[in-house]
Amino acid sequence: MSAIDWTIMVGKVVIVFAGLLISVMLYIWMERKVIADMQTRAGPMRAGPRGVLITLADGIKLFFKEGITPTNADRPVYQIAPAIAMIPAFLAFAVVPFGAPVYIFGRIVPLQLADLDIGVLWVLAMTSIGVYAVVLAGWSSGSNYPLLGGVRSTAQMISYEVAMSLALVAVIMFSGHLRMSEIVSQQGRVWNVIPQFPAFLLFLICALAEVNRPPFDLAEAETELVAGFHTEYSGIKFALFYLGEYVNTVTICAIAVTLFLGGWRGWWPFDGAWAWLGPVLWFVLKVTAIVYVMILIRGTLPRMRYDRLMNFGWKYLIPLGLFWVLATGAIIVLPDRYGGGFLGRGTIMALGSIIAVFLVMGLVKQALGTRKDEVDA
Amino acid sequence: MSDEPTTSDPERRPVTPWWAITKGLATVFKQTFRRDNTEQYPKEIVEPPPRAHTGRHRLNRHENGLEKCIGCELCAYACPADAIWVEGEDNDPADPVSPGERHAKDYQINYLRCIMCGLCVEACPTRALTLTSSYEMAFTSREDAIFTKEQLLEPPPPLGTDAVAKEGR
Repeated sequence: MSAIDWTIMVGKVVIVFAGLLISVMLYIWMERKVIADMQTRAGPMRAGPRGVLITLADGIKLFFKEGITPTNADRPVYQIAPAIAMIPAFLAFAVVPFGAPVYIFGRIVPLQLADLDIGVLWVLAMTSIGVYAVVLAGWSSGSNYPLLGGVRSTAQMISYEVAMSLALVAVIMFSGHLRMSEIVSQQGRVWNVIPQFPAFLLFLICALAEVNRPPFDLAEAETELVAGFHTEYSGIKFALFYLGEYVNTVTICAIAVTLFLGGWRGWWPFDGAWAWLGPVLWFVLKVTAIVYVMILIRGTLPRMRYDRLMNFGWKYLIPLGLFWVLATGAIIVLPDRYGGGFLGRGTIMALGSIIAVFLVMGLVKQALGTRKDEVDA
Repeated sequence: MSDEPTTSDPERRPVTPWWAITKGLATVFKQTFRRDNTEQYPKEIVEPPPRAHTGRHRLNRHENGLEKCIGCELCAYACPADAIWVEGEDNDPADPVSPGERHAKDYQINYLRCIMCGLCVEACPTRALTLTSSYEMAFTSREDAIFTKEQLLEPPPPLGTDAVAKEGR
């Protein structure tokens, strides 16, 4: 690799890192403003124009606060947990293509840090490592509420990761690729969200649980657990948890956009020198839209009870994921085997199997459904 | 199969979770477009209604300039927070401070103690003590929080002129 290649590489790393930090800053501001709007409040107004610098002010405040380590804490683990929360959150973004390939110094540079051939698996791996931060922080604090919060959310995140992987499996089967850039280029005609709508829904619900956002924010259920796993953290270490959580949210939204909403694809009237900007703007727009939906859900739905959360994950989402993987298989294989086309035998069989899958889902739901005497037990 | 409770009241009919969630999201989304009620307080000061008795006290005078307060100390007795100090004195018949026999030689209200309940105003037999709507009462020392008789006799300064409140602008 020549010096220019290295420069481009380092430049991309810096841009992604800084971009994520800035996007988190704007995202937290947006979240506070949107929630405030929904509650007919004004939200932050004082720091910067319309309060846009509020996150910066918060960060500076946290930076200068005293970091207290509890006497009972397991020091090394306690120190390292915030880093484990933050690093995978950033790393997961490495495989997300945030724009069309561009020409720099006569080279084609993909706007993506690393186009791994196991891109989707990398995402799953990084989100799994993020779970360690929660359980280690909860355990090493040497305190009861963090321990409870940590245990709770570990179980939650592991459970919902299963359903999330199933949604991803369906997408991988449908696209035939694990590589993120291939998944994006395969969505040229139709975005995956249309043929894979159940998977999209499944992924969105699991993403909420995976990044501990309401209504699945049991990890830090303020009313029950003080602040959950990061109760004992203060100052800069708490800031790292906070940052990691929001980077995770932005990342998971970016992944949802890449896998289901066609990534950076869109329409762009301009050509020439500014042509590279179009895809990036489309990507940002789509991520913002998904983030908005997440904020809307936060503003609407109350937190779920723990047993119902587990019920929902294991008894509904995972079966739905399994059946949808089955249906996707039918869609892919049957038209090939028995002839496709609008009224081909294979197409009819595929549609029939999808309907059959949902009928079976209904039966399973009834068999597993909560009985009357169990309600509010 | 279905043993759901049935009712003719459409409001109480059970809804499916998906419908409930969708409706809830739509309701919250609609709220976004309502104007918010927040006042940007130190930047813009909204005048309180004319008879909003939400602020500090004032000692009133008769039209001829005599003080209404007769130094009876009923306000101090009524005060649940023990915030009022009154010291009465006989009027000099040649140069009376108030109509009647007695007047308040000293009158102090400690606003670190005062809970703005208004019981003193209810107790006052001569309407000498009333509440104003001057709510800007931020202090930088304990001494500043004790208002003397001279301060209480003055009308409160207009809203927005308080030095401490100005700092936040």
